[in-house]
Amino acid sequence: MAPVRLRDIRKRFDRIDVLKGVDLDIADGEFISLVGPSGCGKSTLLRIIAGLERQTSGSVEIGGETVDGVPPAARNLAMVFQSYALYPHLSVFDNIAVPLRMRRMSALQRAPLLRWLLPGTRAAERGIREDTGKVAELLGLEALLARKPAQLSGGQRQRVAVGRAIVRDPRAFLLDEPLSNLDAKLRVHMRTEIAQLHRRLGVTFIYVTHDQAEAMTMSDRIAVMMDGDIVQVGTPEEIYDDPQHLRVAEFIGSPKTNVFDAEAGAGGRITLAGRPLPLVLARPGSGKVRIGLRPEALSLAPVSEAIIEGRLSHRENLGAEVLLHIEATASPQPIIVRLDHGKARTVAPGAPVGVTFAPASALCFDAVGRRFPLVETAVLREAVNG
Amino acid sequence: MADSAAALSPVRASSGAPPLRMRLSAIKRGLATLSLLLPALTLMLLLLIGPVAAVLVMSLTDYQLGSPTWSFIGVQNYVDLFGDRVFWRSLSNTLLYVAIVVPVSVALGLGTALLIEARSSLQFFYRSVFFIPVMATLIAMAISWEYMLHPQFGLINLMFKAVGLPARAWLSDPALVLPTLAVIGVWQLFGFNMVLFLAGLVSIPQHLYEAAEMDGARSAWSRFRLVTWPMLGPVTMFVVLISAIRSFQVFDTVHVLTKGGPSKASEVLLYTMYSEGFEFFRSGLAATIAVVFLGFVLLLTLLKARFIDKRVHY
Repeated sequence: MAPVRLRDIRKRFDRIDVLKGVDLDIADGEFISLVGPSGCGKSTLLRIIAGLERQTSGSVEIGGETVDGVPPAARNLAMVFQSYALYPHLSVFDNIAVPLRMRRMSALQRAPLLRWLLPGTRAAERGIREDTGKVAELLGLEALLARKPAQLSGGQRQRVAVGRAIVRDPRAFLLDEPLSNLDAKLRVHMRTEIAQLHRRLGVTFIYVTHDQAEAMTMSDRIAVMMDGDIVQVGTPEEIYDDPQHLRVAEFIGSPKTNVFDAEAGAGGRITLAGRPLPLVLARPGSGKVRIGLRPEALSLAPVSEAIIEGRLSHRENLGAEVLLHIEATASPQPIIVRLDHGKARTVAPGAPVGVTFAPASALCFDAVGRRFPLVETAVLREAVNG
Repeated sequence: MADSAAALSPVRASSGAPPLRMRLSAIKRGLATLSLLLPALTLMLLLLIGPVAAVLVMSLTDYQLGSPTWSFIGVQNYVDLFGDRVFWRSLSNTLLYVAIVVPVSVALGLGTALLIEARSSLQFFYRSVFFIPVMATLIAMAISWEYMLHPQFGLINLMFKAVGLPARAWLSDPALVLPTLAVIGVWQLFGFNMVLFLAGLVSIPQHLYEAAEMDGARSAWSRFRLVTWPMLGPVTMFVVLISAIRSFQVFDTVHVLTKGGPSKASEVLLYTMYSEGFEFFRSGLAATIAVVFLGFVLLLTLLKARFIDKRVHY
């Protein structure tokens, strides 16, 4: 059992606070992603868990024991690096066998020619050969064992790096953006493979990425990090449907959430682009708010019935779906509307279009970005001047 | 048929030979190439190939410096040389010198590079301090060493006496003279090796060390064996080769300090060549020694091409 607990982790480089008090509980066997834009501190946090960096303050517990000050080799964790960090001079077999040799053999047993004179070396080597063979089989690397990393493709190198991590039978896997160096198609394929690997091994996976799609598709839970702090932790569904901060809503989900400036007037009634909506703030409040609407929550409507009016500026046909870019006065950025395959074929660029949405899909955020819950009113929309 | 053949290969005239136009432009291209190469070729001939060829020819003659006549004597010079006891002493001294200087200067260079790299401060100071012997004029340094090695009031012997060790005659004891010169050679050489190793160390990716730590390489020695030493492979080979060639060329210290003595105990190949050529004026014989020397350097280069270029990992 190896749950990981982070208590108030702070890290300061020179005079810059990279981590500002991070608390996180990771259950044993779960797949948790640390997502965030570049520079938010997620890689630093991972390295602190691994022991490669020392935190300025705060504690890390693995399996119930505090591991501060324990060297990385003793923490029984395995790490897959973004650049794979394979030893270029060793074959695939030797690369995977390195952790086993380090752990099971003494320094003399690893010495080049001397080792064969010592008792026990042959037996240890046989054991290592067996264990390495099993891992190679698991990852489909049997045919590549004699090759050097330079003779492998990116995906093969990545599997060797994963193999080197698996063979140690660690308490948790730490993965630092392992798919960033792969091409798009391979990345999609490897996402499935990694998720399946997690199910098969049942070990904790702590996965760092800046790609929200990877986090969404593979994780049991996601921790969204921004500027050295964890902004929200939850399942992918929670993060997507119920973001607690505007930045989370904007970061998760592609294409980006549309954000509109709106007003909460008397009684908390929301007014967007001059039109009152059947939405009211759930708690008392008033003033400027921001309404977030995901592209798939928007749809086209006749201009007379639409909530927002604009002009079509660009139509992106992705095959399975269609994205419309609409210029409107209600929003400084073009509004992006997602429609199903084949829709809106007859709308020409420059044509006036109307956009509407179900009130329940609106996400409301206050002036600083915190989520403000809304309540739908049963009252129908009043006339424009009402 | 003839039309399509002509369309596919318009070059071929009916007779099968390239037309005159093509041959002229080929000749012009050849001339252009030659004239562009000419400056470099001329310099190479004058400064490299020419002298080597001249030395080769001279080794087959009995030329004496300044004599108006000379004649070809074939391989007689070589026969004389290989029968000369002094030559064999000189060669074995040189090889012994190389065998001492190369491993020690490479190891010392690597050691200091590792130590400097591990520090975060004063790196610039240490790099400069150890590199100064490389830059300093060796003859001037050799004279300084002569005074330091003086049997009575030299610094080395004074220090030895201060700690209770017996003072030695470093440059006049036949058993000690070659090791002493080797020490001076190491002192002069290891700074250069250190700089080369520093460059190599800096280029080792940091994440390899991190992966090694995660894999369980806890001690500095196991990290060295797993990451540093293999990644320094090409640099090490290069350093060994350069050190070998430079130590083969030892001359300054011998000429200034010992003149090959006492009784040929510090006679080295280049010094023998010098004394034959410019003290005894037996230029033919000196040229022969030069050819032998060239042979050794060529051998080292061939070894490099064989081994270094094969075992490089990037």
